[in-house]
Amino acid sequence: MKRAHKYDVIVVGAGGAGLMAARYASQNPNVSVAVITKLYPTRSHTGAAQGGVGAALGNVSEDHPEWHAFDTVKGGDYLTDQDVAEVFAREVVEAVYELEHMGLPFSRTPDGRIAQRKFGGHTREFGKSAVERACYAADRTGHMILQTLYQQSIKNKVTFFNEFHVLDLVMVDGACRGVVAYELATGELHTFHSKAVILATGGSGRMFGVTSNAHALTGDLMSIVWRHGLPIEDPEFFQFHPTGLYRIGVLLTEGARGEGGILRNANGERFMERYAPTIKDLAPRDMVSRAMYLEIREGRGAGPDKDYILLDLTHIDGDIIEERLPDITEFARIYLGVDPIKEPVPVQPTAHYAMGGVPTTLETNVISDGQNTIVPGLYAAGEVACVSLHGANRLGTNSLGDLIVFGRRAGMEAARYAQEVQFDYLPPDNQEPTREMLERTRGGSGKERVSHIRKDLQATMMDNASVFRTEETLTTQLRVLEELKERYKDVLVEDQGQQYNTELMEAVELGFLIDNAEMLVNAALNRTESRGAHSREDYKERDDENWLKHTMIYREGNGVRIDYKPVTLGKYEPKPRVY
Amino acid sequence: MQVTVKIKRFNPEVDKRPHWEEYKLEARPTDRVLDVLHEIKWEQDGTLAFRRSCAHGICGSDAMMINGVNRLACKLLVKDLGDHIVIEPIRGLPVLKDMIVDMDPFFESYEEVLPYFINDDPPPAQERLQSPEDRALFDATTKCILCAACTTSCPIFWTNGRYIGPAAIVNAHRFIFDSRDQGAGQRLEVMNRMNGVWRCRTAYNCTEACPRDIPITQAIEQVKREIARTAV
Repeated sequence: MKRAHKYDVIVVGAGGAGLMAARYASQNPNVSVAVITKLYPTRSHTGAAQGGVGAALGNVSEDHPEWHAFDTVKGGDYLTDQDVAEVFAREVVEAVYELEHMGLPFSRTPDGRIAQRKFGGHTREFGKSAVERACYAADRTGHMILQTLYQQSIKNKVTFFNEFHVLDLVMVDGACRGVVAYELATGELHTFHSKAVILATGGSGRMFGVTSNAHALTGDLMSIVWRHGLPIEDPEFFQFHPTGLYRIGVLLTEGARGEGGILRNANGERFMERYAPTIKDLAPRDMVSRAMYLEIREGRGAGPDKDYILLDLTHIDGDIIEERLPDITEFARIYLGVDPIKEPVPVQPTAHYAMGGVPTTLETNVISDGQNTIVPGLYAAGEVACVSLHGANRLGTNSLGDLIVFGRRAGMEAARYAQEVQFDYLPPDNQEPTREMLERTRGGSGKERVSHIRKDLQATMMDNASVFRTEETLTTQLRVLEELKERYKDVLVEDQGQQYNTELMEAVELGFLIDNAEMLVNAALNRTESRGAHSREDYKERDDENWLKHTMIYREGNGVRIDYKPVTLGKYEPKPRVY
Repeated sequence: MQVTVKIKRFNPEVDKRPHWEEYKLEARPTDRVLDVLHEIKWEQDGTLAFRRSCAHGICGSDAMMINGVNRLACKLLVKDLGDHIVIEPIRGLPVLKDMIVDMDPFFESYEEVLPYFINDDPPPAQERLQSPEDRALFDATTKCILCAACTTSCPIFWTNGRYIGPAAIVNAHRFIFDSRDQGAGQRLEVMNRMNGVWRCRTAYNCTEACPRDIPITQAIEQVKREIARTAV
């Protein structure tokens, strides 16, 4: 295979955002498009999303995009950019219909419409009560979105480079002109020359020990962008989903509570009544995860070690559980040996979603500072990006909505840009930094196993920088990260072969993870307030006067530099967040 | 508990043919086989190669033959296997390295069945309607994750690699029985070809191998009956 490629638009990542972007970019007949993924497209983690995609269709009860936009802003603890939320709530309605027109097999209401159910933080009339907004296909909505978009890619003959691991962006004079990728099958480096690159590579949950995220989610492109001196926005906001399977973190959809499931402590008490009297178990995820931690801390955790909470579905009709929640029922049965129809399921919060990421405009252009200066030729959408729709805390179902709305925008915008500009000069030594990085990684002294460093990273991130944080834990974690960076220099790669060297890639991914942890911890230490998923026990209140602004964190030398970007406000005035 | 794991290894850069290697390690009964493989890769032998991603049976990366049957390594626990575990790559696809096989022939068969929604009528402003009953007709086959556990467990596929295989038929079924789709005729024609659905001899291996519990043999029979019914 030749190792120099030329496409007008390169999409990195083949999950929901990437496939949606590829579809829309390739609808422009004057533009050539290729998708690069380190997996096979159908292995992408969009497929693990379960409960639904929120859109105000009003199929079950009255609903409006304005209500959805408000819930998104309030759910994001007012750090959400309100122009983004409004565009999103409007466009996600047409995007969901569009998925249906592509054949997505949604579950159906009795009159044949797309079925909808309740989800955390989604309400009618600006917070009065929970509303059925999540459009679902049983509890495999993400799977059906991924499959449907992949099917469309086949129909539209999209070009894929599968198992190509993007390890660098080619940046020249502040513009992106392509990517460098490592071909897993051969160990060779390839350069993809392009006019526009769309980043759609998902999140970084593997920096935590208990996570719902796939092994592949190592924050690669967030790190690569950062290493090029570009900022990352709001990395301190990392969502912990309340209901991960105890110890292993596998996701159990919030849809389980949408269907009536209840969280109980060791005493059998429905404790969410105390924390969110109106919508109880359907409060936003940050609040529920904190409540669970507090219950455990105060000695009301269940189990022999009093360290988990119970998700109780036993009062729900077994047939409804089997029909609407078949996958999570199976997960509980297989991994914990617990049948949710008969007994409550042990759960704990699990690292789930990066609200922050590569900052973009509403048009998905990546920006290089707080003044919205555009990086020519670089776009981002989905979890890797921060547009900022989710603010300080994402509402359930809004990740899938984000993928389809902003994936679509990215595809259209990148194609339009590519059509307007010419291919620009590509320096011949564009692979050198990647080659050096691989040689360094492969040729280390070999004293430290990848898995040992990674395990220590994941354990300490859970201890010091997860649901609750203090200056002390975060400072401790910064010290830990310095040690881990030193140890990483001595990383061991036993496999010196070229073909399918998955060990080498794990070592490289560990480097990306450490970067992601570094941004998160520095930004979390800097933000002396509590907002959304960022909860400082030494600064318990939200502080709009000083902190109603986005973090923009840069790599500088061996340290970091922190700047800010204003939040786009709108008609929803910041208010105390009660549910 | 102590487990002994025998793994069929093949490194194309060193080996002329595959060979077995044995590993001993401590495992918990509730560990996934994938955890065991990771323990070996992470603590004993970094060169061991296998695909994996989600680790809970949704992405379809880690189909392999475990104690003689095709399973996802992330969806099978040590306690269900005992203290002797034998792992080899899925059969019938070229082995590239250890558990990693060439998936291209598998995806080529999949693409043959036109695995995408076909309906050339202009769409309505909102959704196309479909009753819950019509939706239920193809519910099971929408669960497919393209892991290839079924196709590579099929004895017909082992002897005739050109047989389109159960996974492709499952995905044809998913559209043929979707009331909104208009491409059933084209797909049934593909199914009716020499290496199509009639090669199936109902060995049931596919149904037993499917990690998503899709009643594959039943779906194949429904496709056969639909060909007969529409007499293409």
